[in-house]
Amino acid sequence: MDRMTLTGVHATARIVARDDGRGGTSLPVLEGEGPLALRRTRGSGAEARVMVVGAMSGPLGGDRFGIEARVEDGARLGVGSAAATIALPGQGKEEARYDVRLDVADGGELRWLPEQLISARGSDLRVSTRVDVGARGRLVLREEQVLGRVGEEPGRLGSRLTVRVAGRAVLDQELACGPGALGGWDGPAVLAGHRAVGQLVVVRPEFAVEPMAARMLGECAALTPLAGPAVLVSAVAGDALRLRRVLDEALAQLGG
Amino acid sequence: MSRAALLVLADGRFPAGGHAHSGGAEAAVKAGRITGTASLEEYCRGRLHTAGLVAAAFAAAAVLGAEVRELDSAADARTPSAALRGAARRLGRQLLRAARVAWPTAELDALAREFPKGAHQPVVLGVVARAAGLSAQDAAYCAAYECVSGPATAVVRLLSLDPFEATGVLARLTTEVDRVADRAVEAAREVVAGAGVDALPAASAPLMEIGAEWHAGWAVRLFAS
Repeated sequence: MDRMTLTGVHATARIVARDDGRGGTSLPVLEGEGPLALRRTRGSGAEARVMVVGAMSGPLGGDRFGIEARVEDGARLGVGSAAATIALPGQGKEEARYDVRLDVADGGELRWLPEQLISARGSDLRVSTRVDVGARGRLVLREEQVLGRVGEEPGRLGSRLTVRVAGRAVLDQELACGPGALGGWDGPAVLAGHRAVGQLVVVRPEFAVEPMAARMLGECAALTPLAGPAVLVSAVAGDALRLRRVLDEALAQLGG
Repeated sequence: MSRAALLVLADGRFPAGGHAHSGGAEAAVKAGRITGTASLEEYCRGRLHTAGLVAAAFAAAAVLGAEVRELDSAADARTPSAALRGAARRLGRQLLRAARVAWPTAELDALAREFPKGAHQPVVLGVVARAAGLSAQDAAYCAAYECVSGPATAVVRLLSLDPFEATGVLARLTTEVDRVADRAVEAAREVVAGAGVDALPAASAPLMEIGAEWHAGWAVRLFAS
């Protein structure tokens, strides 16, 4: 069960995906906790699909949420979420944390495509996503942050995304925005008034042999090869809908 | 060894090729995001707290003796734009060429042998600062200041901005440069105290990264990056 403390809710959901030996993927571990409920939904082909269902809103200030997923050799896992995650202010002044740890073994494949994270006014959230992919592992990961609900000032949001392939970091990026963030976060070098920012990371062993060339995807998005068998699509947009359109198109161009 | 070496290294006329780069300002000007003194200042401020902090921390860590290959690989991960990784290595190579004449040491020769195509510029800057007898803080200042002086100088040419105004921007940013240099040295100390390169900041600026790829595709441009 989740632990309610004076400062907030502590909850971690866990998923393990395993090759079932019959051309499919089984989920020997599928444990939600507290506000993080997990549902297995209909997959396609060898892929098992899981939906993260938020049973209550949050994270609120002081909450500590976590998701840990491990994809073993030969397993294929797709994870989505039923709705956007909304960071809201808590009763105290403490920040909230959301930590995602993903482990994709050599020969495993993970598609991590959750809905947006929305930073509501007065909230204070630190998100960290750390992915370890084996040398021949495959990954598609999308991360989208929306600063404020419609017409609303954002809260404070700090995020870090780290992707390692075969133990070597190919991507390590932090972004801090909202009130209290260091100067210039909304200026012409960083976000310039855009309220949605997203990244799509694709790791495939074949990129080591045939790296993709960098290219623009419209005015405010670019695809770039990383220093390893991976590419990144980085985008900013006026709102969540436009951001999703750009990232969906990029994903389609990358062959889904 | 002399503290005045810092003036030589930080001088805009030090022949390390920096004048050919705008620090992303050329793309920001063309996109209409830098239009005058106020937006130049905000651009420089955003760059200082992201790329500037990262560069300063890497330079400081190199002075303190962090493993150069690890630093270089960690800099790759913090530079997702392929165009910016290329520019950082070219700048690193040019800096090393000039520095090997200015402060000839075996360590600089070894660095050139290990990275024939150049290592990331802030890492090279740190190793050079060490060869010149400078401290981690000196190197952090040099990196942090360079990351704002580059765009400020470039915008004078790109927008025919009054050079007095551009210098005013740099003067107004000095206390923030102090803070960034302090934070950078703190992070660098953690690295060598055992936390490793993961302790280095990774602050990113999405529009600079995207703008760099856009800029790299232009047929005609004034600056290399």
